[in-house]
Amino acid sequence: MAPSSFNTTSSNSLMDNLFQRNLEDLIKSFRHNLLRESTYISKSLEEIRNEIKSTDLTTKSTALQKLTYLAALHNVDMSFAAFHAVEVISSSKFHHKKIGYQAITQSFHDETSVLLLITNQMRKDLNSVNEYEVSLALECLARIGTHDLARDLTHEVFSLLSSSKSFVRKKAIGVVLRVFEKDHDAVKVCFKRLVENLESSDSDSDSDSQILSAVVGVFCELASKDPESCLPLAPEFYKILVDSKNNWVLIKVLKIFGKLVSIEPRLGKKVVEPVCEHMRRSVAKSLVFECVRTVVSSLSDHEGAVKLAVGKIQEFLVDDDPNLKYLGLHALSIVASKHLWAVLENKEAVVKALSDEDPNVKLEALHLLMTMVNEDNVSEMSKILMNYALKSDPLFCNEIIFSVLSICSRNTYEIIIDFDWYLSLLGEMARIAHFQRGDEIEHQLIDIGMRVIDARPQLVRVSWALLIDPALLGNLFLHPILSAAAWVSGEYVEFSKNPYEIVEALLQPRTDLLPPSIRAIYIQSTFKVLVFCLRSCISAQESSFGSSSMNAFTHESIMNLVNVIEVGLVPLSGTHDVEVQERAKNVLGFIGMVKQEIAEKVNLQDNEAEAYSVATFMEDVFSEDLGPVSATAQKKVCVPDGLELKENLEDLEEICGEFLKPVESNSVSYTNKISFSISNLRIRDQQEASSSSSLPSEGAASSLLAEHRKRHGMYYLSSQKSDPDSDNTPSDYPPANELANEISMDPFNHTRKPSKSKPRPVVVKLDEGDESRITLQEKTNPEIVKDGESLSRAIQSALLVKNKGKEKEKYEEESSRIENNQSSEKKTKKKKKNGERSSKHKSRRRSEVAPASEQAIIPDFLL
Amino acid sequence: MGIRFILMVNKQGQTRLAQYYEWLTLEERRALEGEIVRKCLARNDQQCSFVEHRNYKIVYRRYASLFFMVGVDDDENELAILEFIHLLVETMDKHFGNVCELDIMFHLEKAHFMLEEMVMNGCIVETSKANILSPIQLMDKAH
Repeated sequence: MAPSSFNTTSSNSLMDNLFQRNLEDLIKSFRHNLLRESTYISKSLEEIRNEIKSTDLTTKSTALQKLTYLAALHNVDMSFAAFHAVEVISSSKFHHKKIGYQAITQSFHDETSVLLLITNQMRKDLNSVNEYEVSLALECLARIGTHDLARDLTHEVFSLLSSSKSFVRKKAIGVVLRVFEKDHDAVKVCFKRLVENLESSDSDSDSDSQILSAVVGVFCELASKDPESCLPLAPEFYKILVDSKNNWVLIKVLKIFGKLVSIEPRLGKKVVEPVCEHMRRSVAKSLVFECVRTVVSSLSDHEGAVKLAVGKIQEFLVDDDPNLKYLGLHALSIVASKHLWAVLENKEAVVKALSDEDPNVKLEALHLLMTMVNEDNVSEMSKILMNYALKSDPLFCNEIIFSVLSICSRNTYEIIIDFDWYLSLLGEMARIAHFQRGDEIEHQLIDIGMRVIDARPQLVRVSWALLIDPALLGNLFLHPILSAAAWVSGEYVEFSKNPYEIVEALLQPRTDLLPPSIRAIYIQSTFKVLVFCLRSCISAQESSFGSSSMNAFTHESIMNLVNVIEVGLVPLSGTHDVEVQERAKNVLGFIGMVKQEIAEKVNLQDNEAEAYSVATFMEDVFSEDLGPVSATAQKKVCVPDGLELKENLEDLEEICGEFLKPVESNSVSYTNKISFSISNLRIRDQQEASSSSSLPSEGAASSLLAEHRKRHGMYYLSSQKSDPDSDNTPSDYPPANELANEISMDPFNHTRKPSKSKPRPVVVKLDEGDESRITLQEKTNPEIVKDGESLSRAIQSALLVKNKGKEKEKYEEESSRIENNQSSEKKTKKKKKNGERSSKHKSRRRSEVAPASEQAIIPDFLL
Repeated sequence: MGIRFILMVNKQGQTRLAQYYEWLTLEERRALEGEIVRKCLARNDQQCSFVEHRNYKIVYRRYASLFFMVGVDDDENELAILEFIHLLVETMDKHFGNVCELDIMFHLEKAHFMLEEMVMNGCIVETSKANILSPIQLMDKAH
């Protein structure tokens, strides 16, 4: 190893050169090096920094070469050497030039400041007699070409496009794409030559086949950016499609036709036959697959071709090669949107792929199965998928669960007819071992509760089954579901057969495993259940005076319930979490108010009894249904005058800093204080609660809500009770309770078929179509459209120039090829269509200047 | 654009060649390579050669201790890219004689040169081994 100390004196370039480590030395010492990699890199970098300043180009270029190597493989920043790279390409030696260009292609980008300095050198190299120098410059231009470079070097590229050396011409064709992309004016200059290259190349000779492969590649990219510009060249591509033996070229031509057919469907009829021919004949799987993809994505109206393609897909699916299997599934998912039968035909293979070794194959199969799901087979498919979820690894298991959840909830549960079944499925999912999608099920449980009134009895049943199971409480991923279940049980307690059981579930000892926020929901739900029971007890007494023993809500049972709740909540009134404590104390306060009277067996229906008024009041509070909120509700609120929403609030901290700090520091002692004075608080709470209950008149809360509803009516759902005619509410729908009686008691019996006779329950929807409209707007990015259009405009006008001269001659040639059966009537029709299309363009490109008046003439002969 | 980048990575996950056809900053490259290498190296022989990553499709193939990974656009033909990788390996074999990791390490510029003959601006422009190698052979002679 040469000591680097020699290089510190850059005076003697010969010495530098002699003792400089070259790239090979660098790599060798890298391999045998015992130091840490990063230390070694920084040491080498230091060395390179010295060497690169050398005036000797050999030393400089070797240093640059080493730096390029480090940058490419070890992510070293080489932007400091930009100017040195420019110096190196100006060397007369090819070897130096190569190193310089390599460094430039690798490190230059649009923002590199010395980029402007290379234009002249590149022009010189493009004009060089040495074809390898030309090729270096072309490759560089293809990689780093900016708008300025493209504009300044258009002329050189133009002349190279007709170079006699196919080695150079091929690369000039390759660079055209970059030039077009950066400078649309270049299209006018170069497009014609590009087309000539396409037309003149004869696939038989070797040099021409090189050119063809390059030029077809360029057109493939152009067609994907702007298919209309390539439409006039359809006959050329057709010739290649029929004649060429080169699979690379054929694949590209198929891609081009895929794009062209999408804008000119009549082309399909013409190309479908040769495509099928390739599909039948070819042994190259890549070509066969490309044919399949072209057919399923662009020629899906041609029944015969699709059948053939699906046959090929079948072969792929049963192949041992995992690649073919994956691609088969992929192709199937494209075809699924238009020809679902193809998927159904291969259902077995797809389902089998769910247990494939490859996660990608499994995922593809899953997506495919999802496209098959509809309202008739949703229960069957879910059953299959759930079985796979049980067997799968955690990642895929959750993928399956998520897919099922999202497909079922799509468009507000569009495909779900039997909500009872679906809710049981949700309950079942939660019990799958690897389950992690708690949030999604949480959301759906509440959402269904709000939207589907008739599903509430089953919802309460499923929720109870989840709540009562002590095993679930230990699973962190299930906590969101439990929180939803608890809320649902409290909110819709009137649908429960046995509210006592709910309380039992909500107060079970293992609930202390839950986080405080969820415990608070549990307590609140307990409260709701208690109020409901109390109120039911009162109304039972009212209705069946004297025969209270017949009813479930007797004095004894209520007393029991109250005791159970009290025993369960008293320990919680001392917890550190304020939310839990507060709620527990609320309930205890309420119990304190009513307990006495219940115990004394006071006649609760007596209006004077405190328990009566409190229970009625609380029921009023809880009775108002929470409805779903439209996603766009916020937008409907107008911003009041004087409310600054966009003001910078940075200085807020300065102002409020003083107020905020003491609160933070006090918070610890605060909680301490609370726990100290629990016993006092309890008494005070009771007093407060009793006094507050006498203040507002009964139903004050509901009248407030009514007031709110009156003022903000547009945010409320139209309640079905008030106007049954709205939406498509079937008035003859059986009432919820009747339905509940029919349902079997086993909530997890998912094999039950949805009964066809039962109509789908009403699902409340808001602002239909709003969301899709928003996404649509977001999708159309004006920037992209603009860019694509200007390129297409450039190509159109370039074509126009070309066609003007050649038009007549070409037209004769074309017409000789027109098939005889093409009637004149058809022709005029097409002309009309062309006219329509061009007028549409005109309106779209109002800003277009001169050539807009004359549109490029698109030959129809192929159609 | 077709091909977005070509990577050669060894079993240990070290990059041996990286060619990008679009500009990415050093950090972006480092992150991208790390993610892709982690994804691809975790897969076995019975699994397919295609991996979707961000907006790329990665087509990869393993030859002995080297992984060849090509990032392509979504509508690129996967099987054709696999053939391209094979062609690349065959071309290197022809030049180096049973190519190995060390050949690429010590002759990185030649490997780049071959790639430049084959791919321009993300498009495959040359698929004949003889055509790809002729300029390199000429240069070797000149040396």
